[in-house]
Formats: sequence, C-alpha cells, structure tokens
Amino acid sequence: MHYSGFKVIKEALTGHRGWGPAWRDATPKAQYDYVIIGGGGHGLATAYYLAKEFKQARIAVVEKGWIGGGNVGRNTTIIRSNYLLDGNEPFYEFSLQLWENLEQELNYNAMVSQRGILNLIHSDAQRDAFIRRGNAMILNGAGAELLSTEQIVARYPFLNVNNARFPIKGGLAQHRGGTVRHDAVAWGYARAADRHGVDIIQNCEVTGFRIENGACTGVETSRGFIGAKKVAACVAGSSSRLMEKAGMRLPIESHVLQAFVSEGLKPLLPGVITFGAGHFYCSQSDKGGLVFGGDIDGYNSYAQRGNLPVVEDVCEGGMAIFPNLGRARLLRMWGGIMDMSMDGSPIIDRTHVDGLYFNGGWCYGGFKATPASGFAYAHLLATDTPHKTATAYRFDRFATGHMIDEKGMGNQPNLH
Amino acid sequence: MLINHPILGPRDAGEFVYKGDASLIRRPDWQADDAVAQFIDYGYLRDNPAGLHRELWFHEQGDRSWLVVTRDTTTHEITKVELARDVARAEGRSK
Ligand SMILES: Cc1cc2nc3c(=O)[nH]c(=O)nc-3n(C[C@H](O)[C@H](O)[C@H](O)COP(=O)(O)OP(=O)(O)OC[C@H]3O[C@@H](n4cnc5c(N)ncnc54)[C@H](O)[C@@H]3O)c2cc1C
Repeated sequence: MHYSGFKVIKEALTGHRGWGPAWRDATPKAQYDYVIIGGGGHGLATAYYLAKEFKQARIAVVEKGWIGGGNVGRNTTIIRSNYLLDGNEPFYEFSLQLWENLEQELNYNAMVSQRGILNLIHSDAQRDAFIRRGNAMILNGAGAELLSTEQIVARYPFLNVNNARFPIKGGLAQHRGGTVRHDAVAWGYARAADRHGVDIIQNCEVTGFRIENGACTGVETSRGFIGAKKVAACVAGSSSRLMEKAGMRLPIESHVLQAFVSEGLKPLLPGVITFGAGHFYCSQSDKGGLVFGGDIDGYNSYAQRGNLPVVEDVCEGGMAIFPNLGRARLLRMWGGIMDMSMDGSPIIDRTHVDGLYFNGGWCYGGFKATPASGFAYAHLLATDTPHKTATAYRFDRFATGHMIDEKGMGNQPNLH
Repeated sequence: MLINHPILGPRDAGEFVYKGDASLIRRPDWQADDAVAQFIDYGYLRDNPAGLHRELWFHEQGDRSWLVVTRDTTTHEITKVELARDVARAEGRSK
C-alpha cells in the first residue's frame, strides 16, 4: 500500500478501515541467501538497500525482541556530518545526503527536520580546533559556519553566555544537521524492506553460528536453525556477546548511555545545541519535550539503565548553560547499551569466517549513520568489497595503526 | 554505586576513575617472539562479558590506589573489591 495525501483523505472519509499492517510478521524459512542479525536501524536499512540497490533476494532480518526495541528507539535522534577525519567525514556526509531524501525514498514520514546543530565554543584553543573541523566539513561538501556570540544570542537568547567557567565565545554550526523521529526510521525501513520481499522475523534470538570448514552456513536461533549463504551481524551493544559465539574477541566495550525528556513545553529551542565542555546536549521534540543527554556512565554495562551521578552531572551541565531548564520537570529517563570501540569509530568488515560479516562499534553516534551504514554494509555483503565511503572501517586498523580517533583519546573506550 | 574500598571502607563510585578489564595488569613480555601480536591483543581486544567482570578502578579523589573490583555488568552489583597491588603480587608481578 502506497501512503499519500490522497490516501489519508480517502481513509478519513471511509472510517480508516483500509489501513493494513505496515509489514508482515514473517516466520523463518529453512534457507536464505542473506540472514541479517539484529532488527535495529542498521539491520533494517541493510536489508532494504540489499534488496533495493543491490537487487538481492531471499533476505531475512532476525531480531531477538521486537524491531525498534534497541538503540534505534532509545537515542536522542540527532543527525549531523560534522566530523574531522578522512575515514569518517565522507561516510557521515553520505549518510546525511541519504537522510535528506529518506522520506521520498521510503514513502514514509520519518519527520526528518534539518533544524541545525550548534557546537558551543568557550576558549581560543577550542575555537582553533572547531575552525579546523569546520574546514574539513566544507572540504567534504558538508557545509559549516562559525558563529559569533552575538549571532548565537540572537537565535538562543536564553543561553547563559557569561558562565564563569565556560563563557560562550562562539559556536560551530551545521545548518543541515537536525533530528529525525527515531522509531519512524525503524518502521519506515522495515516497511520498505518488507515491500521488497524481505522477511522480518521478530522474537527470534540468534544463539549460535553453524561454522563448517571455516565457513558460516547459517545461524542457530530460538526458533530453530536458519541456513544462509551469508550471515551479517548487526547487533550494536550486543556485538561482543554475539561474536563470542563465533570465537571472536572484539575491540569493543559495552557501556550505558542515558537520555532524558522533560514535560512538553511551548516552542523554545529551535535547533540542537551541544555543550561538550559541560557534558550536555539538548533539542526540543515536536511534541514539546526537551530531549537531552550527556556522557556515558563510564564503566562496562549491559544493564540498559544508568546510575544517579551521571543524572546529576547532565542536569548540572544543563543548568550552567540553559538556566531556565530548572523550571521544567523531568518526565522520563532511560538507558541504552553502546558498543564503544577502541578508537571511537565503527567497523564494517568481513571476519575470519567465510560468509560471516560484522557491523558494529557505533558508540553513542550510530543513529545518524543508519542510512549510510545500511548502504555500505549491503555493498560489502553483495559485492565483497567495501563501499567507497567505508574503506577505513576495518578490523585490522588496530593492528596496522590506522585508528580513526576523532578526539585523540587512545584505546580507552569510555573517553570517546 | 558504592565501592567498598579495602582500606577506606565504602566510597562513592564518583570518587573513582574507571580503567577497564583487570587483565590489563598482565602486560605481555616485550621480548616474547610474538610480542607484537600479544600487545595488539592487550591493547585493543576485550572479553566484554555480560555478567561478572573483574575491572580496574583508580581512587583518584581518595587515596589514589588502584582497585580490582568484581562487578556484574548486568546488575551493577559489586561482589568483591581487592587492592590491585595484592592481585598483581599474587600473580608474581613486581616482587
Ligand atoms: C541514550 C542514547 C542516545 C543516543 N543518541 C544518539 C544521537 O543523538 N545521534 C546518533 O547518531 N546516535 C545516538 N545514539 C546511538 C545510536 O542509537 C546507536 O548507535 C544505533 O542505534 C545502533 O544501531 P542499531 O539501530 O542497529 O542498534 P539497535 O536498535 O540496538 O539494534 C540492534 C538489535 O539487535 C538485536 N539483537 C541483539 N542480540 C541479538 C541476537 N543474539 N539475535 C537477534 N537479535 C539480536 C537487539 O535486540 C536490537 O534490536 C544514542 C544511543 C543511546 C542509547
């Protein structure tokens, strides 16, 4: 069923009896060409591009819970392409371009909103670093603008520009950045993949791999064995747990990141602001809630809930820069498990097992990567060569010394 | 989270800095034939278990000792705290 304005009016006049389910709840078949493990944003996008762009068939997405129940439905919905390094920036810019046309592509309203993102500057050294990053963005066609304090005050009059420790001295803006309705991304890709014949199999946990003579021939699941020519792992925070079953140790630690939403308020915050120095970032959802977060809790965790010190730290950071936040009440908070890699950048690569592929290490920034990650992973699966924007995302970069360390933090996952 | 420091008693986890898997105590021998491979493993690969995890915490805002904390990564419950010095010595390091 194609969604359109005409369809909405027709359904409104006929009692909304013509809407069917957006995708089939498939049961597993015995054999596929491709089995993608993990029905998050990346797994669903991979299935969609594999079918649509690379004309592959007999594809299944296998999800242990329900699609959208993982990080794709837990994140703070920010998209941007404001990276510095060559290994990253072309990839994230490719992703932003896919976002810009996503709704037409999927025939689904994902509420892509290019409301702009602003990174605040507090010192000369930080200004130098941000100018350098802005230039890298401009070179990659992503666009960037350095804003003065006056320009920031004109757009965000409520910001405390005279904080004693972190006075606002300017900012780096990417006007094409913004937010996207995260659940709708999962649903939109699921529906579009389903329309291309992909089987979406929920409540089906992968419990092991069948590996014969160094080649993966399928997956053991809670709903029985499913055979596949190619198996594509794509489980974000669960990456180490899953790949352990194929005898792999990964350059990844799992950490919890928390997010917060206030009660609904009238329009206040037109764009996304990040106060990196104070561990706080914020946007306002279309429902009016202020959506904000800060640092990861900082220790290995699979608990999907965080602890109070970070709640306090995030709220202190918020109050320092955004004092009227103190009048709003916190409505909800939650946590998600991040696949924090050793250099803060992801991996899209083959493994030592033939026919077994890996996508993970997205840290706290994989939502914005969803379209490009799906596209690049589908490219790798279909052609056995990396997509041109994802050639640096290799497993062996740690051994060869080609780390992609945006912040220069070294092999300490909780600092990225 | 409270960490029951072996010398100082229960302390707020906020006083500590987290380093990671306690296997980092076992630095490879740089003269071994496969030292490069061992150091890649040591520097970059982790078990990252869901369940009991032995990990290094540094009491930065306290007595600046390193601790080995045994904690469940699925519940955050801490079951054992040792001085890293004692753990390392028991393994034969720096006698
Ligand atoms: C609080 C928070 C805020 C964030 N904010 C942002 C942001 O503003 N911008 C941004 O770009 N990124 C953000 N992120 C990061 C982003 O959400 C993730 O990097 C991204 O969603 C990960 O990819 P995914 O959508 O495929 O993951 P998921 O949705 O987690 O998908 C993985 C799926 O695999 C399934 N799975 C796991 N194990 C198995 C198994 N054995 N068998 C079958 N299925 C399995 C899981 O159930 C899950 O559904 C944030 C994350 C969090 C938690």
